[in-house]
Amino acid sequence: MQKTYYDPADLKKFGKISEWNEELGTKFFEYYGKVFEEGALTEREKSLIALAVSHTIQCPYCIDAYTGDGLQRGITKEEMMEALHVAAAIRGGASLVHGVQMMNKVNKLDM
Amino acid sequence: MIKSLLKRESELAHAKKQLDILSNGIFKQGELPTFKAKISETNQFPLKAKKLEILQINVGYMCNQTCSHCHVDASPDRKEIMSKDTMLQCLEVIKNTGAHTLDLTGGAPEMNPHFRWFVDEASKAGIKDFIVRSNLTIITANKKYHDLPEFFKNHNVHVVSSMPHWTKGKTDKQRGDGVFDASLKALKMLNDVGYGMPDSNLKLDLVYNPSGAFLPGNQMAMEKDFKKALLDDFGIHFHNLFALTNLPISRFLDYLIASENYEDYMYALVEAFNPNAVSNVMCTNTLSVSWNGYLYDCDFNQMLELPVNNEVKHISEYNEKLLEGRDIVVSQHCYGCTAGAGSSCQGTVA
Repeated sequence: MQKTYYDPADLKKFGKISEWNEELGTKFFEYYGKVFEEGALTEREKSLIALAVSHTIQCPYCIDAYTGDGLQRGITKEEMMEALHVAAAIRGGASLVHGVQMMNKVNKLDM
Repeated sequence: MIKSLLKRESELAHAKKQLDILSNGIFKQGELPTFKAKISETNQFPLKAKKLEILQINVGYMCNQTCSHCHVDASPDRKEIMSKDTMLQCLEVIKNTGAHTLDLTGGAPEMNPHFRWFVDEASKAGIKDFIVRSNLTIITANKKYHDLPEFFKNHNVHVVSSMPHWTKGKTDKQRGDGVFDASLKALKMLNDVGYGMPDSNLKLDLVYNPSGAFLPGNQMAMEKDFKKALLDDFGIHFHNLFALTNLPISRFLDYLIASENYEDYMYALVEAFNPNAVSNVMCTNTLSVSWNGYLYDCDFNQMLELPVNNEVKHISEYNEKLLEGRDIVVSQHCYGCTAGAGSSCQGTVA
């Protein structure tokens, strides 16, 4: 058994997912490619969103991929870090906002 | 300022060592296919020289900068400079060539003491596109260079300049402290005489090289970002952006090895191999002349001391017909010109 769950080399094998279900795999990658095309948002903006989401979902493959993608697009490290703080703020905020539920419960039960 | 590999007595200053690295390791062990094997898969080996379109002359390796990625290993400490005699031999060729583009490069070509005389004489040949690759900072480096924008204008020179990013941090990291501010100043001076302005015939193009171990992004998208940032933040205009891939030779190879990025970078280049870029790589329509008059398929082969595979070896014995159809000399660095949309001194090729 391999000793780590994540191997950087596996990222290059992502396309092989289609081998076990060609129809759904193909549909997914078509969708994926379309999503990242320039639309109302630029490809650059989408790359920054992807980087932020990658950190939120803590996907090492995605972090590697979209850090590299950002560098290729000329995205600066300052822009990358700001995007991460947006992700961190939402993630932290998502925990904290549940505090309202806690407060409601305490207010209801506490004398 | 850092010194050249040559001055530091690095073994990577020598072409043989660089070629050893590029030919052994992952390529020797068969982990990655050699460039020859790769283009053979699509029946594109040997690459053949087509009709000459671009004559590129390197007038010397001396430069006022020591950029961390420089494939020439150019620096103020380099003393190789084209002599007036060799320039005279080049002029004979320039007068008779069928090439539509003359491309002067270096180092900083302006530092050659015969540069202005050479440009003056070469411009009389009436070549359609006369390029000088200026690093920009030379224009502001010394009072004697301040009139270069006017000089370029008077000779209808097409200025092509390096600019790795629209931010100071990334630019200075690659090209040295203070380069960003000096480059902006020079770009303003060029704009002031009409270079790069919308609808101006005075062409000013910028060259983008990634500032690290990654490939360039989409050229058109980068150009859009560069134009917006340089105009909004600094009021600077330019015409086109050429996105170039850093080739794994000289100082960039040194960086790749020191940062333990060499193998990953070579994998990235090979994975991005685009067979459609092969037929348009610049070595097929370009000839590179070194400071001492020897002929190469491209500037990169010049630095790797891989001369043209032809009976004509030197500018003094130049014969365009004999050179046409020659087999191009290739090695693993060539993957840099065939990755993604391809890369050449004129930007993407596919």
